[in-house]
Amino acid sequence: MNKIGEIVESTSTEFTAECYELHELPALGSLVKVTAVEMEIFGIVCQSGTAGIEPGRHPVARGKDEASEEAVYQSSPQLMKLLRSEFQVLVVGHIINGKTYQYLPSKPAHIHAFVQACSPEDIKQFSQSFDFLNIMLNNRLQIPTEELVAAGLREMSKAHADPHAFLIAAGKSLTVIFSGDYHRLKTILARLKQ
Amino acid sequence: METQPNQNLGIVVTGSVEKGTEVRLDSSASVEDMVVGRYVTIEGKKRRFFGMVTDISLGVTDEQITISPPDTSDTFTAEILEGTATYGTLHVLPMLTIGGEVTTINEGPQPVKTVPSHFSRVKLASEADMETVFGKEDNSRFFIGNPLDMETKLCLNLEELVKRSNGIFGKSGTGKTFLTRLLLIGMLQKSKATNLIFDMHNEYGWAGSFEGGKGGVKALKQLFPSRVAVFTLDEENSRHRGVSTDFVVRIGYDEIEPEDIGLLRQTLNLTDQAVEAVYQLKRHFGKGWMQQTLDISDAADVETLLQSMNIHESSFANLKRGLATIRRLPFLVAHAQTNAVDNILGYLDRGINVVLEFGRHRDITTYMLVANMLARRIYQRYQEKTEVAMAGKVTPPTPLVITIEEAHKFLNHDIANQTIFGEIAREMRKYNVTLLVIDQRPSAIDEEIMSQLGTKITCLLDNERDIDSVLAGVSGKNDLKTVLARLAPKQQALIFGHAVPMPVAFRPRDWGTAKSYEEFTHENSSEKKAEKDIKELFE
Repeated sequence: MNKIGEIVESTSTEFTAECYELHELPALGSLVKVTAVEMEIFGIVCQSGTAGIEPGRHPVARGKDEASEEAVYQSSPQLMKLLRSEFQVLVVGHIINGKTYQYLPSKPAHIHAFVQACSPEDIKQFSQSFDFLNIMLNNRLQIPTEELVAAGLREMSKAHADPHAFLIAAGKSLTVIFSGDYHRLKTILARLKQ
Repeated sequence: METQPNQNLGIVVTGSVEKGTEVRLDSSASVEDMVVGRYVTIEGKKRRFFGMVTDISLGVTDEQITISPPDTSDTFTAEILEGTATYGTLHVLPMLTIGGEVTTINEGPQPVKTVPSHFSRVKLASEADMETVFGKEDNSRFFIGNPLDMETKLCLNLEELVKRSNGIFGKSGTGKTFLTRLLLIGMLQKSKATNLIFDMHNEYGWAGSFEGGKGGVKALKQLFPSRVAVFTLDEENSRHRGVSTDFVVRIGYDEIEPEDIGLLRQTLNLTDQAVEAVYQLKRHFGKGWMQQTLDISDAADVETLLQSMNIHESSFANLKRGLATIRRLPFLVAHAQTNAVDNILGYLDRGINVVLEFGRHRDITTYMLVANMLARRIYQRYQEKTEVAMAGKVTPPTPLVITIEEAHKFLNHDIANQTIFGEIAREMRKYNVTLLVIDQRPSAIDEEIMSQLGTKITCLLDNERDIDSVLAGVSGKNDLKTVLARLAPKQQALIFGHAVPMPVAFRPRDWGTAKSYEEFTHENSSEKKAEKDIKELFE
């Protein structure tokens, strides 16, 4: 199992996971999955970052006399334990008995459930339709949705044999969704181009 | 990607019986492959519709796209927008319904009385569809050409066609003569009607000219020597062209009647009073009025004559000048030995088609004079014969189709009531005589006569008034206008009316190659052979 983190906060629409290794964050927009009771929940990484464990303690700069970034960590090995990398995942669908549903699952994922990176096969199966784009576009996220959608589709296209064809198909779905908002569509399409 | 028959083109999105339906093109079908005038079938839920593409347009879901379109180098965006945010629409005019109702199955395609439901699939019409609508080549159907961009044979029911007067229109040089020749061959082969052709430019009898090609093309007599007789007004010219003529037409002065002069009022520049004088002179002198009028030279005689009839001197001078113009025509003689009308009728009665060549006499005065004179007398005979037949004594005469060129000169608003052709066009088939009108200015033809034409074939027209007059009274007129205005300048035509179930734009079949001649002349013989074989089989 290719686990990349563990859920530390979970709701119906999104969950937050902590990485097992500092800085080993999944790419923005990449598809991840969580195994839950009778189903696999799929989500797209919509935010990630690294901060101190204690909210009140802000990290301070330590590298003034160090030659490199690695040297900072080597001279202060406690940093590895005082900092943590976290990522937020937007839930976009789930699979029950091999069947993909691109809408929210009935129950959220459990805390401490393992978050896994999806294999190309998983991505192919999940991205057979583009209904999940609606969920991404209708959420209020910290990150601009255009950025997230473009990143998500770019990541997914890597799993497909013909990334160009996949992006064209996705673009067509977006065109339908943005039929009244050409400028937003253009922004996303500009970010999809390879 | 080339479009194939039966390929899905798109789906119906809106529509009305009056205005036709809008079809949104699938993204797989390129708008550039679509052509106005093409046929499509629409698969409705209960019945199939047969329609014609009359307009093609580009649509956008968001007006912003037209204001700031993607960069031309940005093929990615363009590819995505194509078929989704930007799309093609076809305007399809449904014309017939096939299937669905009992009457449709029994009587074939029916006129459209409804529209297909939403999201009905639209496909290019296949060869089989076309055959269902236009029928196969058979004893009464003649293959006249192929619908645009299709290989299907478009067949015309000539039995039906000759029942009414018909018209062939088009700008000069668009192929009217070519089409006429084709139609004449068809009538000769597939209908029982005989033809009388007033051949102003010597195109139909022996050989016709071929624009852009060297030499001439074979015309009726060369292809069907036993069924066509060529009459000529100008023997010398015919001989020079190497035409074997059957009869030289001579017209006696005594055969010209006041009505004939009346028609030439405009061309001879006669005043109304001068025309009036003709009738008086006829009454005074009798049959030889023209000769005698021209012979009077003594001033005193003239004065007494004019005074006795109360004709003004200037009117008489005007008339005399006009008559002198006619007299200069070499085929006019004091008294003709043989009667041209009797001769023509003799041929027509035997089922032989008559082409009257005008040789060098191509001016409109001659053409009008001769065509009117002959047609009037022939029509009278037909009238008599038909009336006798109605009494039940004899069989009615074989239907006659009279072909006239420059028809607007005969059938314009001013003189349509006076010429015999106006009468033939209006009274239609009552007396078994119909017209085939060939003209380049249909707008100049009297409206009433235009409305009486059963089937109209029109090549390219670009004058707005001409287009309006040709399409007057046709359903879907505005849509057909688009099709008509976009015909190629050569060898494309639009046919609509009585003899075809729906309007169709087509490319006439080949003429002028050895192969085409063979097809024309062998068509009948092979058919007959097959019929004979079948007969023998059952004997």
